[in-house]
Amino acid sequence: MTNIINPVVVLGGLGLLFGVLLSIASKIFVVATNPKVEEVLGVLPGANCGACGYPGCAGCAAAIVEGRAPTTACTIGGAKVAANVANVMGVNAGTFDKKVAVVKCQGDCDKAKDKYIYQGIADCRIQSTLAGGQKECTYGCLGCGTCFDVCKFNAIRMIDGIAVVNKENCTACNACVLACPKNIIELIPYDSTAVVKCMSQDKGKDVRGYCSTGCIGCQICVKNCPVDAFTFENNLARINYDKCIDCLICVEKCPTNAIDNMSIVSEKFAKEFAN
Amino acid sequence: MSLFSIMISTILVNNYVFARFLGICPFLGVSNKMETATGMGIAVTFVTTLASVITYTIQKTILDTLGLQYLQTIVFILVIASLVQFVELALKKMSPTLYSAMGVYLPLITTNCIVLGVAILNIQQELNLIQTATSAIGASLGFFLALVLIASLREKMDIADIPEALVGFPITLIAAGLMSIAFAGFAGLV
Repeated sequence: MTNIINPVVVLGGLGLLFGVLLSIASKIFVVATNPKVEEVLGVLPGANCGACGYPGCAGCAAAIVEGRAPTTACTIGGAKVAANVANVMGVNAGTFDKKVAVVKCQGDCDKAKDKYIYQGIADCRIQSTLAGGQKECTYGCLGCGTCFDVCKFNAIRMIDGIAVVNKENCTACNACVLACPKNIIELIPYDSTAVVKCMSQDKGKDVRGYCSTGCIGCQICVKNCPVDAFTFENNLARINYDKCIDCLICVEKCPTNAIDNMSIVSEKFAKEFAN
Repeated sequence: MSLFSIMISTILVNNYVFARFLGICPFLGVSNKMETATGMGIAVTFVTTLASVITYTIQKTILDTLGLQYLQTIVFILVIASLVQFVELALKKMSPTLYSAMGVYLPLITTNCIVLGVAILNIQQELNLIQTATSAIGASLGFFLALVLIASLREKMDIADIPEALVGFPITLIAAGLMSIAFAGFAGLV
């Protein structure tokens, strides 16, 4: 009889013991969670893409509820999700700034000189480890298409050895920005027009030497801007989009065409994106 | 056996992944990125060590005295499952950062066969309590080592130019096999 009773008692006893211990532990170690986190999580897209900079939608939801992130933190979801989140949080939706990625380099095969001929694995992250890549310019686009590979929305094309973003398809998911080893892809407001498409911080003379369309630091744009939207540091002009009034004077005046008009570019490459 | 030789034996010579082929599922499943591999490694080290000590105590005090050795597997599983649950609760309260770092891997450990394998093998080898703890730490460090090695390889292989038929798991399995052969070179060390 003990042959049957002993195992039952031992197993049942241990199970009961652990069950009681666990239930006590769950009382001791209880963590208060804000029910709003669940609600916010419910209206987020749930793709866990990480574009917001938090680990998954749950991380983003927690950040929003704790006030560490704005209600517009989800860049993928756009204005609709932002409105829903604001609704849950009980605040005004505010304006959602739609953004778009832009590759800040125009030094394609014709315009930028090469330092050597790269024949390795077609991946910018690998090419950049080899003396900074094949271009003489150490800041420019390497053209291996790592951003094209990571883009899930068919918004990037490689044209003449340069990555170009299609404004219409881009969701500002940040994937290409993170993937680019040269850090030349940036998110800018969707409706902005003038963009300084150069990242070179070299002196003007050096830039002239290796690229026909780089920023040479002449500051003509800075002087001609009617609203002082330009800042100039490290031999490179930058546009402050809060001030820019889309007058496009800088695009006209730039001697090397380093400042580009975004709206024209998308038309120029529309054919490429069509197929 | 001295504690040092137990340690060397479990980490290198009898590495649980490469020599005993236990814990292959998490070895392949969570070795995509270095970050997750490290998280899993830490979690396994923690749980294996605790579980081995507790199962040893239960084996000696309850199962052996009552002659219920045949209940070993089911009791050990019970212990491991409860322990993982307990660790998860405690960690959530005491160190939310570590908890979120380990994330989903913590509950996954319940089904990691290394944890059960180490506990049972320790009993079979008739080690004492100190030796059991040492062997458990060594085993989980060996698993940690295997996981980190394969994860660092896979991060490189992700961007390498691999024949299309071999992309993903096939090349990982080949790499794991080669690594296993390499670990066979440690045989005879202890």
